[in-house]
Amino acid sequence: MAIETESDLGSEDWDEILEPNAAVFNLRLREVWLYRDLLYLFTHRDIVSFYKQTILGPLWFFIQPIFTTLVYVLVFGKIAKLSSDGIPQILFYMSGVVLWNYFSECFNKTATVFRDNAALFGKVYFPRLLIPLSIVTSNLIRFAIQFGLFLALLIYFVAIGEVTPNAWALLLPLSVFVMATLGLAFGMLFSALTTKYRDLIFLLQFGVQLLMYATPVIYPMSQIPDGISGVLAWNPLAPVFELTRLGFLGSGTVSIGGLVYAATFAVVAFLVSTVIFNRVERTFMDSV
Amino acid sequence: MSAAIRFENVSKRYRLGEVGTGTLSHDLHRFVARLFGRPDPFALVGTINDREVADGSGGGIRDDVQGDNAGDSDRDETSGKVSDGSRNKRRNDYVWALKDIDFEVPRGEILGIIGRNGAGKSTLLKLLSKITAPTSGRIKTKGRVASLLEVGTGFQPELTGRENIYLNGALLGMRRHEIRSRLGEIIEFSGCAKYIDTPVKRYSSGMTVRLGFAVAAHLDCEILVVDEVLAVGDAEFQNRCIGRMREVSAGGGKTVLFVSHNMGSVRSLCRQGVVLDRGELVTMAPISDAIRDYFDLNAGAETGAHWHATADPTSVFAVEHVSVVGQGQQSYAATEQSNVISPDEPFQITIQYAVGKPLPPMRVGFQILSGEGPVVVEAYDSDAHDCRGPRSPGRYCSTCTIPGHLLSPGWYYLTLNAGIPHVENLFNKAGVVKFRIHESELDRAQRTRRSGVLQPCFQWETKPS
Repeated sequence: MAIETESDLGSEDWDEILEPNAAVFNLRLREVWLYRDLLYLFTHRDIVSFYKQTILGPLWFFIQPIFTTLVYVLVFGKIAKLSSDGIPQILFYMSGVVLWNYFSECFNKTATVFRDNAALFGKVYFPRLLIPLSIVTSNLIRFAIQFGLFLALLIYFVAIGEVTPNAWALLLPLSVFVMATLGLAFGMLFSALTTKYRDLIFLLQFGVQLLMYATPVIYPMSQIPDGISGVLAWNPLAPVFELTRLGFLGSGTVSIGGLVYAATFAVVAFLVSTVIFNRVERTFMDSV
Repeated sequence: MSAAIRFENVSKRYRLGEVGTGTLSHDLHRFVARLFGRPDPFALVGTINDREVADGSGGGIRDDVQGDNAGDSDRDETSGKVSDGSRNKRRNDYVWALKDIDFEVPRGEILGIIGRNGAGKSTLLKLLSKITAPTSGRIKTKGRVASLLEVGTGFQPELTGRENIYLNGALLGMRRHEIRSRLGEIIEFSGCAKYIDTPVKRYSSGMTVRLGFAVAAHLDCEILVVDEVLAVGDAEFQNRCIGRMREVSAGGGKTVLFVSHNMGSVRSLCRQGVVLDRGELVTMAPISDAIRDYFDLNAGAETGAHWHATADPTSVFAVEHVSVVGQGQQSYAATEQSNVISPDEPFQITIQYAVGKPLPPMRVGFQILSGEGPVVVEAYDSDAHDCRGPRSPGRYCSTCTIPGHLLSPGWYYLTLNAGIPHVENLFNKAGVVKFRIHESELDRAQRTRRSGVLQPCFQWETKPS
């Protein structure tokens, strides 16, 4: 709903005017700021309810990436014998798994926001954008914990002299930012579309899986034949993965152009999907 | 007094039937129409929201929209009739839940919004609380709007009561420090102090409701929107809620919009009333006038001394028939229309209903409301000693005999009520039956009219002294 300033209303000082058509380019981020405490509480809720009444509690944050990494080492490293760019396989796959987990969780959870929260959205108003934001934030905490695991492993390998991190590692926040923004953008776009056209959910389910193979998670960029690398260059996630590996593990294919492309793509996608999300949010209760 | 809320020609259109099928085709139609500068082909301005009338094609409006794409060419060629029907139907896929609502609420007012089910009350509140956007028109508000559409919304079962107070408060737009400063007050109001650090999933439903209302009632807002929340609680809780709402309106100058089917609480809480019918504003008047209009609407053509419901055989509780019959009259079958009772004759209120599954001790009863407004009496079958045990499935008929020489002449409306006290409200419908006590022979002869809701025949003794 449109929130206008009071200037154009003449003598009457209404605080808020609800109208059928809101300004398209009003992202309503000011409102999100007003509700920032709710963001904190939603994040808290997500984290706590994840492990409440489980035996292992927060340990689950570790178990999943460890086992996935071990399986990847076995299948892709030992059986398929994919190259890991000279990096110890366990480190190579764990970096991929931890990063990919973050992106795919953000994407998957955000994509079903309207469906999962229909009951809540139907009863009370708050800036709907908060739910996607809380998903990204609570996953960020999970990501931090899992990345800590990766760092612990990394320290061991650095100590025995197998890998040497370099200054590129300092760009980790950029990688995280791009992944979060992209996950959010794609997720919001999907969630907006699935309120009307439900079948897009199926597309999402295998789409995310396929996207993983189009991203250097289980293989390094350097191994891609020339013909295909051009095709894969559109993927804004690729530079991010390579950047992280280059920084922490000392091997990756990174170009400044690729990074700029990834960051720009993420920001533009975020703005566009926020506009669409806000538009759908206004009337989605009528169609869900 | 300055206005706190103003509705300006607000309308809301809903699409009927199964949303999701055919939306793409409608969207494309709309897009093409807009491209050529034609008006929206699905926005019919003339239709009103009448749930009970099934439209032209013979399908009820709740039908699915399988006829949606039936207007395409091959069907057209084979049978003109079919396409006619489906075109008709497509027109009626959209309905106005609200039409040109235009009114203003002054600051500090407690406004009751009444109307039958589907009159648009909840839609109005949904628009106001920004859950969905209006189709046309504008709503202007001054101050923070807090809506209490359902108590306990957004409670997270895994979190403790205290954590949920924060979460729920933030959902309703409070800052954390605001909640912290009122935490004690909220906990005290809820009466859950002992369990405040227990996960909410272990709460009883009553405790959850109390906690939810406690949070909402201590909100810092200028406009409070309350929809039917009182239906869930027991009488003590309801009174507490009403008291609190009156308090915030009188003391804090807050504006309260209150929707309820319970005319008793609407009357005791509100000063002004808005009556909605089929999405249109019928009355905006002082509450007793509004309630009278509401009853008159309800008591339209179909309401007489008898009310037949189409009972759903699978439901837990279903009322089949209600009647008011004077004892001087014959059984209802013969005198379908007569709802005029003479003041001296006793009359019987009969409620026939079916119970679908075993129920704990429950009660069925009624309120008699006078046409001028107030509730005259309220009575339940459990007033009788032998009617207080658990109820096994089956059909029942409860008859209450009301003595003659009790009510004063005038129109009366019956509100039917059934429920398991403190647990569940099974049935509540206002104005199911209306009847009239006609004036006594004496009054008619003397051409007088007495004041008062009751007109008993007291014992008088007058002798020369």
